[in-house]
Amino acid sequence: MKLDRKEYRALCKEQEPSSPSRRTVPAAFAVGGALCLLGQVLRTLFENMGLDEKAAGTAVSISLIFLGVALTALRLFEKIAKFAGAGTLVPITGFANAIASPALEFKTEGFVLGTCVKMFTIAGPVLTWGISASVVYGLALWLAEVMG
Amino acid sequence: MMYVKAFLVGGVICALSQVLIDRTRLTPARILSAYVVLGVILSGVGIWGPVVEFAGTGATVPLLGFGHTMAEGVKTAVREQGVLGAFTGGLTASAGGIAAAVFFSLLAAFLFQPGDRS
Repeated sequence: MKLDRKEYRALCKEQEPSSPSRRTVPAAFAVGGALCLLGQVLRTLFENMGLDEKAAGTAVSISLIFLGVALTALRLFEKIAKFAGAGTLVPITGFANAIASPALEFKTEGFVLGTCVKMFTIAGPVLTWGISASVVYGLALWLAEVMG
Repeated sequence: MMYVKAFLVGGVICALSQVLIDRTRLTPARILSAYVVLGVILSGVGIWGPVVEFAGTGATVPLLGFGHTMAEGVKTAVREQGVLGAFTGGLTASAGGIAAAVFFSLLAAFLFQPGDRS
């Protein structure tokens, strides 16, 4: 069978796993928005308990991370994520899942070399880049202060 | 009103990210890393602060907010401790989330069995 370039492309397109953005984008919007809304509800709750703004923010993060890890452990996270995509990945629950999922999965390779090593497969790069960016920003601020 | 704004802004951030995923096939590790760095940058140039003021957790719950938290921490730490703060500020501010994620995940690995991949 001989194909010219155009036919080949058409064939590729046909075989490609379809990524129906018309479904995935609204799902990401709804679930992502709902998680942020839950965060806001929790924040109001924590502030009413007397936490200041910063502490309430940390408490919200910890709560949502707990939720993300719990859903991962109960194997519900992957089901929701399949539907919601970025809606669960981009909120902090996605960070929690990125650590919890390999931690659980690689338990079979032992706690130290499996769980403890593999839990940073995704979180490692995230933390490395995040920490480095914050240090660069801090050094820039410091330099501006010293020179200015 | 804050609830509506949190929902809408958070939703829009996730929807835009979904478009990015659908179009580019970036892996989660790259997307999450990019968002944390982007959060530090947007916070540093003074864009994210006002967005957080406006949308509350709609701007802080997405991972961009994690970067924002680190940047804010660094800012305070540099003001208080000088150059030392550049190294302590980011992790100090985000310590709660990182410790929680690591500890809860370890706990989950103790208590639950990995599922068979079918």
